[in-house]
Amino acid sequence: MTKEKIIYQGAEAKICKSKYMDFDVVKKRRIKKSYRIREIDNRLIFYRTKEESKLMTEARKFGVSVPIIFDVDTKNGIITMEFLVGKRIKDILNDLSEKERIRICKMIGESIAKLHNNNIIHGDITTSNMIYQDDRIHFIDFGLGEKNGEIEAKGVDLHVLMEAIESTHSRYSNCFDYVLEGYKNKLKNDGNLVIKKIAEIVKRGRYR
Amino acid sequence: MLCLGIEATAHTVGIGIVEQNNGKCNVLSNVLKIYRPEQGGIHPREAANHHTIYIADLIKESINVANVSFSEIDLISFSKGPGLGPCLRTGATAARALSLTLDKPLIGVNHCVAHLEIGRGTLNDCNDPVLLYTSGANTQVIAFAEGRYRVFGETLDIGIGNCLDKFGRTVGLDFPCGPAIEKLAVNGKKYLDLPYTIKGMDIAFSGLLTAAEQYYRANKSLEDICYSIQETTFAALTEVTERAMAHTEKDEVLLGGGVAANKKLREMVQIMAKERGASFFVPSKDLCIDNGAMIAWLGVLMYNSGIRLKVENSFIDQRFRTDMVDVTWRD
Ligand SMILES: Nc1ncnc2c1ncn2[C@@H]1O[C@H](COP(=O)(O)OP(=O)(O)O)[C@@H](O)[C@H]1O
Ligand SMILES: [Mg+2]
Repeated sequence: MTKEKIIYQGAEAKICKSKYMDFDVVKKRRIKKSYRIREIDNRLIFYRTKEESKLMTEARKFGVSVPIIFDVDTKNGIITMEFLVGKRIKDILNDLSEKERIRICKMIGESIAKLHNNNIIHGDITTSNMIYQDDRIHFIDFGLGEKNGEIEAKGVDLHVLMEAIESTHSRYSNCFDYVLEGYKNKLKNDGNLVIKKIAEIVKRGRYR
Repeated sequence: MLCLGIEATAHTVGIGIVEQNNGKCNVLSNVLKIYRPEQGGIHPREAANHHTIYIADLIKESINVANVSFSEIDLISFSKGPGLGPCLRTGATAARALSLTLDKPLIGVNHCVAHLEIGRGTLNDCNDPVLLYTSGANTQVIAFAEGRYRVFGETLDIGIGNCLDKFGRTVGLDFPCGPAIEKLAVNGKKYLDLPYTIKGMDIAFSGLLTAAEQYYRANKSLEDICYSIQETTFAALTEVTERAMAHTEKDEVLLGGGVAANKKLREMVQIMAKERGASFFVPSKDLCIDNGAMIAWLGVLMYNSGIRLKVENSFIDQRFRTDMVDVTWRD
C-alpha cells in the first residue's frame, strides 16, 4: 500500500497525498460531524461528494482548469484527484507586483465567467480554492456548488469572493474590481446585471 | 471609570452601567424593555415611540440598581448602528441630552462589535474568539483579522431569529417563537428533509422556511417539523462558524444574540468546539440579548484608547458596518 500523508485538515475535509497508479494524487475525505444528526450528515457528505465531482468534470469540459478526477466514492465521501503542485492564490496574491496582481485577477474573473456561462455555480469562490499552476487558475472545492442559471445565484457566487478578498486581502481590495473586469469581458450575457445583483445582496445582508 | 450605555437599535431599549476592573468588565446594572408588536414584524416608528416612553425611567432605574449617583458617571455611550433609524435616533438623543446635562463625554459604538467585546470583557480566557451572532435580524460570523472586526459569514436573506418567528407565526405560536419551537422540538423524533443552504461562509434560510411551512400544511407533526428546523438551521450555523474558525485559524468560539439562549444551538457549537480542540464561550443571557451594558463596555474600551466624539458629530448610522470600526483598543 502506498502511504498517505495528511497535507491539510479543514473544517469539512481531510486532504491526503497519495499515489494512484503512477500519478501523484490527493484524496479528499469528508469528515463526519457529531454535532449534526446522522440523517443530515449522511445526506451532506453524499451530496457534496457527488456534486463536487460532477461539477469539476463539467467545468473541465467547458475549458476551466480543474484537477483530473480519478475516482469518486460517494458512500465514504472520498474523491481521488490529481495533485496540483502549484500555489494557492491566497498565499501569493499579496506578494505579487501590482501589474501581475491585476493580470491574475482578470484571469480569475474570466474563469468564473466561463463557469457562469455554463450555469456552473462554484459555491465557495475564495482565494484558498484557486491554485495557480502553469500560468492558469485551477479551481477546487466545488462541494457547495450547483447548476443554476439565475442571476441571483451568480451574484451570490461572486459576493462570496468579494467578502473573501475584503477579509483576507484587505490591503488590495481593489482586486475585486479587476476580477469583475475580466468577468464582464468573458461573460456571454450582460455582466452588469450580475454586478448590480451583487450590490443588492450586499445591501440586504450585513448593512441592514 | 463608570460608563452608562444606551442600546436602542431595534426591539429593545436597554440601559447598562459598567465599570472597568483589572481590564475586565464589571456590570453594575443592566435594565431593559422590549417592544413586542401585536402582530406582524417590527414597525420602526412604533418601536421608537415605545423606547421614548420608557427610556427616562430606565435610566433612573439603572442608576438605582447600580447604586451610584449621576455625578459619578464618567462617560455616556450609545449604539450608533446598525439598526432602525427611528430607534437609533431615540437612543442617541437621550445620550446627547445626558452628556450635555451631566457635562460628561459622549461616545457612539457599533452594536455588533459590542456583542463580541462583552464576551471578551466578562468571560475569563475569552481573548480572540470567532463570534456567532444570532438574533432576530442579524446572523453573522465575526472575527478579528488584519486590524479590524470582519464579517466572515452572514445571512443572505433573513436572520435566524426572524426565520423562527415567521414559522412560529404561521403555525400560531406566541411571539417570540424561538423558545416555543425549542420546546416542541424536544419531542420531535422523525427528521423531515429541509434545504440546507450554505454559500462560502454565508447562509440562507428562506428556502427552508417555505419547505417547513409546506410540511405544516401537509399536516406533518409540528414537533417533527420544529425538530427538523432546529437540527438543520443550527447545523448550518455551526458549520459556517467552524469554517470561519478554520479559515482564521482561531481556537475560541463565542455565542451572542438572542438565539444564543437556545440549548440545542449551544450544544451543537460546543460539540464542534470540542472536536476541534477549541474553547467554547457564552455570556450570561442578559448579556447575549441586546442590552445597554455591552454598549457601555465598548464605550469604555474606545474612550480609554483615546477616541473622542464631539456632540455635534454624534450621528447615527443605520448601516454601520462591522469592518468600518477602527479597532484602536486591541492588537
Ligand atoms: N487537487 C489538489 N492539489 C493540491 N492541493 C489540493 C488539492 N485539493 C485540495 N488541496 C489543498 O487542500 C486544501 C483544502 O482542500 P479543499 O478541497 O479546498 O477542502 P476544504 O473544503 O477543506 O476547503 C486546499 O486549500 C489546498 O491547499
Ligand atoms: Mg477549500
